[in-house]
Amino acid sequence: MLKRRKGSAAKKSPNSEPQLDENKEKKNNQLQEKSNSNAANLKGNVNFNSKSNSDERLRRKWSCVDNCCWFVGCICSMWWFLLFLYNAMPASFPQYVTEAITGPMPDPPGVKLAKEGLTAKHPVVFVPGIVTGGLELWEGHSCAEGLFRKRLWGGTFGEVYKRPLCWVEHMSLDNETGLDPPGIKIRPVSGLVAADYFAPGYFVWAVLIANLARIGYEEKNMYMAAYDWRISFQNTEVRDQTLSRIKSNIELMVATSGGKKVVVVPHSMGVLYFLHFMKWVEAPAPMGGGGGSNWCADHIKAVMNIGGPFLGVPKVVSGLFSAEARDIAVARAIAPGVLDIDVFGFQTLQHVMRMTRSWDSTMSMLPKGGDTVWGGLDWSPEEGHECSVKKPRNNNMQTARPNGTGNSANATRVKYGRMLAFGKDVAELHSSEIERVDFKGAIKGKNLANTTCRDVWTEYHDMGIGGVKAVADYKIYTASSILDLLHFVAPKMMKRGDAHFSYGIADDLDDKKYEHYKYWSNPLETKLPMAPDMEIFSMYGVGIPTERAYVYKFGPAAECYIPFQIDTAAEGGDDCPCLKGGVYSVDGDETVPVLSAGFMCAKGWRGNTRFNPSGMRTYIREYNHASPATLLEGRGTQSGAHVDIMGNFALIEDIIRVAAGATGEDLGGDQVHSDIFKWSERIKLQL
Amino acid sequence: MAYILRFRKLCFLEPVKYSSCDKAKADEKKSVETPKVENEDQGAVSAVLEENTKRKKQKKQPKEWRCIDSCCWILGYMCTTWWLLLFLFHCLPGNLPGLKVPEPPGARLKREGLTALHPVVLAPGIVTGGLELWEGKPCYEDLFRRRLWGGSFTEIFKRPMCWLEHLSLDNETGLDPPGIRVRAVPGLVAADYFAPGYFVWAILIENLARIGYEGKNMYMAAYDWRLSFQNTEIRDQTLSRLKSKIELMYVTNGNKKVVVVPHSMGVIYFLHFLKWVESPPPMGGGGGPGWCGKHIKAIMNIGPALLGVPKTISNILSAESKDVAFIRAMAPGLLDSDFLGLQTLEHVMRVSRTWDSIVSLIPKGGETIWGNLDWSPEEGHVCDSAKKTQHQQHLDNNRKNENNSKGGTSFRVQELTKYGRMISFGKAASDLPSSQLPVFGSEEFVRGNSSSNSNSSCGDVWTEYNEMTQESIKKIAENKAYTVRTLLDLLRFIAPKMMKRAEAHFSHGIADDLDDPKYNHYKYWSNPLETKLPDAPDMEIYCLYGVGIPTERSYVYKLSASGRCKTIPLQIDSSADGSDNGCLKGGVYFADGDESVPVLSAGFMCAKGWKGKTRFNPSGIATYIREYMHKPPTSLLEGRGLESGAHVDIMGNVALIEDILRVAAGASGAELGGDRIYSDIRKMSEKINI
Repeated sequence: MLKRRKGSAAKKSPNSEPQLDENKEKKNNQLQEKSNSNAANLKGNVNFNSKSNSDERLRRKWSCVDNCCWFVGCICSMWWFLLFLYNAMPASFPQYVTEAITGPMPDPPGVKLAKEGLTAKHPVVFVPGIVTGGLELWEGHSCAEGLFRKRLWGGTFGEVYKRPLCWVEHMSLDNETGLDPPGIKIRPVSGLVAADYFAPGYFVWAVLIANLARIGYEEKNMYMAAYDWRISFQNTEVRDQTLSRIKSNIELMVATSGGKKVVVVPHSMGVLYFLHFMKWVEAPAPMGGGGGSNWCADHIKAVMNIGGPFLGVPKVVSGLFSAEARDIAVARAIAPGVLDIDVFGFQTLQHVMRMTRSWDSTMSMLPKGGDTVWGGLDWSPEEGHECSVKKPRNNNMQTARPNGTGNSANATRVKYGRMLAFGKDVAELHSSEIERVDFKGAIKGKNLANTTCRDVWTEYHDMGIGGVKAVADYKIYTASSILDLLHFVAPKMMKRGDAHFSYGIADDLDDKKYEHYKYWSNPLETKLPMAPDMEIFSMYGVGIPTERAYVYKFGPAAECYIPFQIDTAAEGGDDCPCLKGGVYSVDGDETVPVLSAGFMCAKGWRGNTRFNPSGMRTYIREYNHASPATLLEGRGTQSGAHVDIMGNFALIEDIIRVAAGATGEDLGGDQVHSDIFKWSERIKLQL
Repeated sequence: MAYILRFRKLCFLEPVKYSSCDKAKADEKKSVETPKVENEDQGAVSAVLEENTKRKKQKKQPKEWRCIDSCCWILGYMCTTWWLLLFLFHCLPGNLPGLKVPEPPGARLKREGLTALHPVVLAPGIVTGGLELWEGKPCYEDLFRRRLWGGSFTEIFKRPMCWLEHLSLDNETGLDPPGIRVRAVPGLVAADYFAPGYFVWAILIENLARIGYEGKNMYMAAYDWRLSFQNTEIRDQTLSRLKSKIELMYVTNGNKKVVVVPHSMGVIYFLHFLKWVESPPPMGGGGGPGWCGKHIKAIMNIGPALLGVPKTISNILSAESKDVAFIRAMAPGLLDSDFLGLQTLEHVMRVSRTWDSIVSLIPKGGETIWGNLDWSPEEGHVCDSAKKTQHQQHLDNNRKNENNSKGGTSFRVQELTKYGRMISFGKAASDLPSSQLPVFGSEEFVRGNSSSNSNSSCGDVWTEYNEMTQESIKKIAENKAYTVRTLLDLLRFIAPKMMKRAEAHFSHGIADDLDDPKYNHYKYWSNPLETKLPDAPDMEIYCLYGVGIPTERSYVYKLSASGRCKTIPLQIDSSADGSDNGCLKGGVYFADGDESVPVLSAGFMCAKGWKGKTRFNPSGIATYIREYMHKPPTSLLEGRGLESGAHVDIMGNVALIEDILRVAAGASGAELGGDRIYSDIRKMSEKINI
């Protein structure tokens, strides 16, 4: 390429003097003539010569186009050639290369267990989580014409880039009802395709499905309980009858597989969704499914929760508060730019916030249990957790240990209980030294910005400067005051959310009010069904720093900006490695902290408690995160990350064994790497 | 064409152009030297000589280059124009002002105020449903959950033998061969498009969606169309699934009954379901006698193959399956040319003979329905529409003549096509009066052991023909003409394994006494002439089909030249052409129909068999016939036509879609306008004594 360029440049320079050039050309022609007559192999070219004269001019006219064409042609043919080679390549080639480099790969668990003689026994139900399920268009405005039954969410996301505003408009829900806006119908994709791959090449359930198929599973005994993950759980039933559909499918699978109970495998928010389902299905008809009090006992063998945010996810707080939704890790991985840079002008985040705030389901994952579970101003169950615990172990065990513990004991007892703090120093001070001004009475001023930012209306515009300041003056928010904060900041959203979700702890579970569906997805306000033979597994990854609390600051004071943002400058340094970029992190699977994923199975439901009256057995299976050794491994076979764990061989093996009939005891009971039992003990919860 | 011209032009230009290109390079080289050259004398001979030697050197290199260069150039040119066009196409607004896209019926009906009321169940026919791989041999290891059937069919071209192996079923059981699991694709995607751009149900689905249908009140009853109907339940529990889905939709949509829309073979599949669901558990679904009456509002059969399809016979006999019109449309060369060596047809025959479902499409009802050697219900049909009126007069004259003097009969007999002879060997045999035909009983067929030599060399493409000797094949041909009844014997002789398997699942007769307990067996459930409709007086049955396209009805065969591995000894005598009324073309006699299903098969049950209270329809379910006259698309822009009557293209027929939408939104058959008939189906039905 470079050579060619240089050549053409050199060619141009003499052309600056046309006279001389012409002369030269004539001379060239003469020379050529001579040379031609001299050259024995090019004879009889008088014709040729005259022709070349005329063609020379022709060439001059489109030589650039020619060159381009030539270039494009070269690239195309190369590309096709490579493509051809790629297609002609035997399918096992990449695996062969990998094995040549890294040594023989372990058999996929499905193959291994098929050799052991396991076969399909219990039907399997998958419940996908938030974000991972595909959504398709059934009715839309004119800007989305031609997209009928095409995926708007999941797949290639081509529409985000093509028509971003149209896309945001269609993905949003109605701000009042939390259902479809008029004239728009977005529905979940059904079947296994709904969530096997989130985007081409980015598996979610596909690996698990493929491994189950190896021991004989197929469409008839696997069911993907796809639902519209944007709307609240009860609304999926009201609008789409999704819960009825799941009930009917489970009943069908139990009947057609000869009375074998199903194994349910929910992931992420699907865990809460299925919790809701279990209450719904046994509740009497108008509000529930009318399955009777034995339905779960009759139809479900085990619930194998993967990365379940039973008690909520702190990420959601920051997501709702300032749209810095690191929760949508998957979306980020796909389109790292979309959320962070200013694709839609400078209002990306505002648009995202407006859209996500219309989704009721995000509110299902706000931290539940208040200060009792998540810790207060000066206390939290995880305190004493060492974030850098890996480093000393790797470097120099003997010397680093005493120093590290000493440090953490004195200075870096992170106050995780303060989930939102304005300013880093505030986050670390003792509670008695902080002045707090109550924000609830603050008057919301009318904002002048309304007129200019009409398009990206978020509820912040209703607050005015006074309101914003009042929020910051309160300084510190714990899990319970965050709810008040959100009520203040986003009253409309929380009003919708309050009708569908609740975040407290029940004092008396027999209270009549707990029969309402808004409590069904909160494990601290519902009883598990009466099914002593059922088993509940909590499977999650550990060993990845996970967001737990945030340091906030004011955003730039421009008119249309969100007034708050995470203070990315707040760094903990050496004495407090848990604080990075304004985020306090703790052990977990990158999204869900261990506390949320493990507490219910470690303590809340363990044995005969008031939340688990029939005493069904619970098991904790933790998977220590090991990042993939080479690029060839893709996303790793030992990953503990929230979504990548679906490709974790150990987890898949556990699921397959249970599906083939094993019990929790057969698997080996609990498998714990984190401090979950220690932390659970610190939580004073009446059981 | 334009490309070729351009290419040629290029070839003429090329040498010059690139030599000049070389010169440009030479110029560069020279420009480096220019000071030297310029300083010396203009005509410095030494310089010229130097030039010359250089030039020679350079000439050699570019010469080898030239072809690749020009290729690249052409490719680049084509690519860029292609991209440009593509870009323009994408920039094009969806509806150009000049091209007025007709409003889809769904939008029009929505303005009329129709909304989704009854849930809709779609039952696809044979061939149109997608199949995907769940477990395969090593050659298909990487194709887990990819479509083998439907979609782009790229796998046929990549690994044809592997593909055939995976689509075949076990020859004995009619189920999966060991180690292979190919399953039906579930959901609406199963049959919305057969191949990219080739719609089947997509247009209907889209129009239903316009009046408010969505995933929760629309269900595609996809099934593995290769299996016999009862086997879909045994292997996949498809019928139970369908039952549960219908019950669910009935409940979740406010106790609204469902409207079922089966197509082609889906019609008899659903007929099977109707009986299955009410039968007691071990064999049936145990829904109890009132199930259909409670859950089903209407069955809107599209292109129903109720009494079978004559095409199936040619398919089984010689794999000349014009039935699989789809495949032909997809890859016209694939089946007919010798793509896999010489044995394409043999392979196709071997694979398709393992599919039980094909047997369900063999004409049912025997000679009573389809006619015998001398008689058929369609006789008098005129294929050439131009001749129609004239012929009609002619017939009337004949009739008058007949009344006046009985001399005209012989003339008439010559005139009429003998559709009853489904297969005849030689054109003459199809015309002769029956008395002159030699008739053998089927018992006389003698099955000899095949000569070993053909077996050894052609082991791979084993078809059952290999087990037959030349003599027995000859004997078949001697029998000249076959009616439906003798045809079944013939098939049993030619393909004993397939028929043995399939006859456990299907029956092709007419019941004398429907209360006979033997008719409780599932093999009779898909034959409308051997089952009673369920007791559901409020249900409605529609027969919606296209007319006005010549449809295969009977065949003229010949013995094919026997090559070493050409194991199919019979083939359609495509040279047999013409008869006075234009019904014989390329060895095939045509009757009226929708290109696949003759009117007789599609319409008879609705026109007569089930009309009113008959023994087949004891509760008197109302039946309606809606025919759609075929009109080919007027311009290319219309695609496959808005008023087509062809077997599959009718799914895009605006009138048909409107009918379905109206019924789904609550209309009854009477509100649609009752029967709408263009063909002679009434007349034909009257001729059938049943």
